[in-house]
This record gives sequence, structure tokens and C-alpha cells, in this order.
Amino acid sequence: MNLMTARTGGLAALAIVVAVAPVGFSNSYFYDVGVNAMFNAIVCVGLNLLIGYAGQISLGHAGFFALGAYGSGILTERYGVPAIVALTLSAAVVGILAFAVARPILKLKGHYLAMATLGIGIIIHIVLKTEAGITGGPDGMSLGNFKMLGFTIKGDQMWYWVTGVLLIFAVWLSLNLIESPVGRALRAVHGSEVGAEVVGVDTSSYKVLVFVVSAVFASVVGSLFAHKNGFITPDIGSFFGSVHFVTMVVLGGMASVYGAVVGAVILTLLPQLLAVVEQYEAMILGVIMMGTMIFMPKGLLPSLMIKLKSREAGR
Amino acid sequence: MFAAFLQYLFSGLTSGAIYALAGLGFAIIYNASHVINFAQGEFIMIGGMATATMVAAGVPLYLAIPLAMVASMLVGVAMEKFAVEPARNADVVTIIIITIGASIFMRGAAQIIWDKEFHSLPAFSGETPIAVMGATLMPQSLWVIGVAAVVIVGLWYFFNRTMFGKAMLGTSHNRLAAQLVGVAVKKVLLASFALSALLGAVGGIVVTPITFTNYEAGIMLGLKGFSAAVLGGLGNGTGAIVGGLIVGIAEAMASGYLSSAYKDAIAFIIILFVLFFMPSGLFGKRGTDRV
Repeated sequence: MNLMTARTGGLAALAIVVAVAPVGFSNSYFYDVGVNAMFNAIVCVGLNLLIGYAGQISLGHAGFFALGAYGSGILTERYGVPAIVALTLSAAVVGILAFAVARPILKLKGHYLAMATLGIGIIIHIVLKTEAGITGGPDGMSLGNFKMLGFTIKGDQMWYWVTGVLLIFAVWLSLNLIESPVGRALRAVHGSEVGAEVVGVDTSSYKVLVFVVSAVFASVVGSLFAHKNGFITPDIGSFFGSVHFVTMVVLGGMASVYGAVVGAVILTLLPQLLAVVEQYEAMILGVIMMGTMIFMPKGLLPSLMIKLKSREAGR
Repeated sequence: MFAAFLQYLFSGLTSGAIYALAGLGFAIIYNASHVINFAQGEFIMIGGMATATMVAAGVPLYLAIPLAMVASMLVGVAMEKFAVEPARNADVVTIIIITIGASIFMRGAAQIIWDKEFHSLPAFSGETPIAVMGATLMPQSLWVIGVAAVVIVGLWYFFNRTMFGKAMLGTSHNRLAAQLVGVAVKKVLLASFALSALLGAVGGIVVTPITFTNYEAGIMLGLKGFSAAVLGGLGNGTGAIVGGLIVGIAEAMASGYLSSAYKDAIAFIIILFVLFFMPSGLFGKRGTDRV
């Protein structure tokens, strides 16, 4: 087993970080932030497959996240469906919806694709806000703990460990996908879509597949987020939610699974750190977004890796 | 029956004119640099907020308007210089994040320079409604539509009859060739941002007496301007104008006859529907890829 490969070495490192981080957690607030960082990380690992590997942008993934959350909320609270069934059903519905829109949408390129995904996200957000009879409208809705097989996940600490295991599983899943023929096909699509088609890659099927996978990731995390938080509002599906996810992926590093994780963690921690200068939070966030993209267009992790490698080579 | 229809049409034309101006702003920058400027809505907000706060502070309207336009243009130029120019050859996603970052920055700054309250302006020529075949038309709506029309004619003249406008148009067709015949491409890029910011500011100023404005007012206006530009086919000026009017009128009809709650969704439903069948918008060129 080679510890330097992304699959074994990276996964081990991630597991160690997840396991050791709580040493520095002095109260449940740290666990809470940690859980949210990992929730975002899971969404970003999925979204990175689409943006980083297949080279397709989506400005609407917060919509899928919100659908997962509301699916779970509505099914468990109004119809008494068990949480795990609600999560699975919501993910299935989101997957089918993503599949239905994927083919026409992924034919679009660049800014047209950005517009279409943005539109889907905004429509979902408005529906959740307007259909108050089902969703509770802008006031939001509350829901109970996540119960499964007589076992209840509650408290920030327990959620931390559950989410940690899920994050490692998600990273493992996406590393496997990338190293499979699907991953190679996706990279070919990113390199040159026409070129890939010419050599016989069914590009649109692969794009659809990865769009559906990333939407399902977002939906599952949305369901978990809803139970963990106990309260959701339509704003979790807003345009800025989607922008937030995309920024995490690009900031951490496109086409780098761990980069997506790093980006998610940094952007989740940032508002906590900036809380001190609350008034200037938006301006600082804007500067960070612009600055990273200007000076490190490949994202944090890949840029650091290149630096490290060139230093090693120089020795 | 007809009066109601006319009423919706008036309100649709008014907001459509603003979307058309925003859409043109997107098109001008897109043509010059292939950048989609997600901060276009913030130019609208800056124009409205700057004028409204200056007028509230006692500056006469005829002075506040040009000052606000200049302020907005300076912001546009600064944005090109410090945020877009340094990232010239970056990916589409990267540049999208840069311009979204710029828009978040501008909203943050607006919140601090001004405040989070709603601001308004007095209507330019009174508030006495004009009766037209049973429907009423506010004088300010005429201002909005009229100013948009004047701006559109002015733009047409600029791009077709002046040397610099032609140079900008040339750059949008072929950057390298334009550079070879002596067009100062960098100036063209700066000018495209200044011009878009000016269009945004003008839209923001004339519409503020009707809709009010606050630091977040640019978000939806910007996104709808983007839909207008995409609907018409990115980079196509006429397309952006038609797209803006379609979005505005469809929105007004839908909120009149169907449900006002879904008003903001209409633009995006139309755009999805059109893109499903015409992947390059209504008047866009079919793209071809060089492999």
C-alpha cells in the first residue's frame, strides 16, 4: 500500500484530522462549526466532480440541498415517515429531477449553463418560499431528531462523529469514481468535449451521471442538515447558497477532492472568525474571493502543491 | 378587461426598460472581454443610492444625477482595473467568482457608506397619473421608458457612427485583429466597464422614484438583466433589449393574471424554456468549437 497516493495516504490523513481535531474543541460550539464545515465539505466533494472534473458549472446546487432538507422536513413532520426513508426518498426525487433537467441543460455551454442552473436554483427557492401551506413559507419549518433503528442522533458531539464518517465515505466514493473509467471519461470531457466524443466517449451520459451524483450528494446533506439544525428556512436554497458552494470548490482547488474539503472548511470558518468585524464581513469576503482567484486561479491546495513540488525539485 | 391589460403592459414596459438597460450592460462587457459581470446589478444600486442620498442631503437633483453617474463609472473602471484585468486568461468559473466577489464587496461597502434602509427619490415631474383608455400611467414610467429609449439610440450612434464605438465593436469581433489595426484594446476594456456602469446607474436613477432602492436592490435587477441578455443571445445588443422587454412584460402579465408571488420566477422559467430549445438564446449565433 502506497501512502503517498491520494486514495490511501490522503484518506488516512483526512481520517486523522477528523479524529484529532476535537482535541482542540473546548465546547459544543466547536463541534457545531465542525459539523457544518463537514456538511459543506460533502456537498463540495460532489460538486467538485461536476465543476472540477467534468468542467461544468452549476450555480443552483443550493436548490438541491434545500429540496433534500424540505423533503425530509415535510415527510417526517407531516407524514410521520421514518427519517432514513425520508432522506432516501428525497434523494431519489432530487436525483430524478436532476436527471430530467440534466440532458437539455448540459447541452449548454459556459455562461448559458451558468444561467440555466442559476435559474433552476432560483425557481426552487421561490417555490419553497411561496408554497407556505406545505413548506411553512419564509418563516421556515422545524423538524425533529434523526432516528434510525431505535437510535437517535442528537447533540453536536454525536453529529460530529457521524458526519466525519460520512465525509470520509464521500471522499472515498469520489476518489474511486475519479480513478474509474468514468473519471477518465470526465477528464476527457473537461479537456476537450468534441475530442472526447470523437474517440468514442459518450460525453453527455457522463455529464448527466455526474450532475445527478452531485445533486444527490447535496440532497442527502440537506436532509441531514435539516435534522441536525432542527429548523430550516427557504434561504438555505438561495442564489448565495449556491455561490457559496461553488466558491468553496474553486477556492480550495478545482479537480482536487481534498481541495474541495479544504475550501469548504475555510469558508465555513471564515464567518466565525470575521464575526469580530461583523460590519466589514461582506467586504472582506468579497476581497478574499477576488484575491484568491486573481493570485491563485487554480485554488489554494493545487497552488500549494505546485509550490511544494517546485521547492523539492530545486533541492 | 382591456384597461387591466393595458395597465399590466405599462408596468411591464417600465420594468422591461430597466432590464433592457441592465441586459445591454451585460452585453457590452461580454463583447469587449467575454466576461459576465455579476456586479452589473450593483451599478444600478449605486446609481440609485448615490442620487437618493445626495438629494436627501440637499443636493439639487440636476447635480446629484451626474455625480452619481460619475461615481458609478469610477467604480466600474476600478473594478476592471483591479479585479478583472489581472485575471485576464482565467477560466469562466474563476471570472464568475471574481465578479460575484466584486458584487459582494460593493454591497458590503454600500451598507457601510450608506445604510440598510430603503431610499427614495421624488418623481421627476410630479405624481399626477395620466389616464390612458381606462388605465393609468405614472409620469415617472414615461421617464423610465423615454430615458431608456434615448440611451438606446445614443448607444446605436456611439457604436455605429463614432470611431471609438467602432473600435469597441471591432474588438468584440476579433480582439487580435483589432489590436493589429491599432485599437487600444486595454482602453476598450476600461471603456466597456465604464459604459456598462453608466447604463446601470442611469437605470437605477430613473427607476428609484418607482421602486425605491436599498443596498440589496441590485441582486434581482442584475440577475434579470442577465436573463435578458442570455434570452436575446449573449453579446447581441438588440437581443438584450428584446429580452429585457419580454422578461418585463411577461412578469407583469403573470403577476396580473396568475400570481404575484411567482413574479420573480417568471424570468427564469422563460429562460429555461428558451434555452431548452435554443441553446444560444433567441438571436444568438450558434457556437462552434475549434478542437
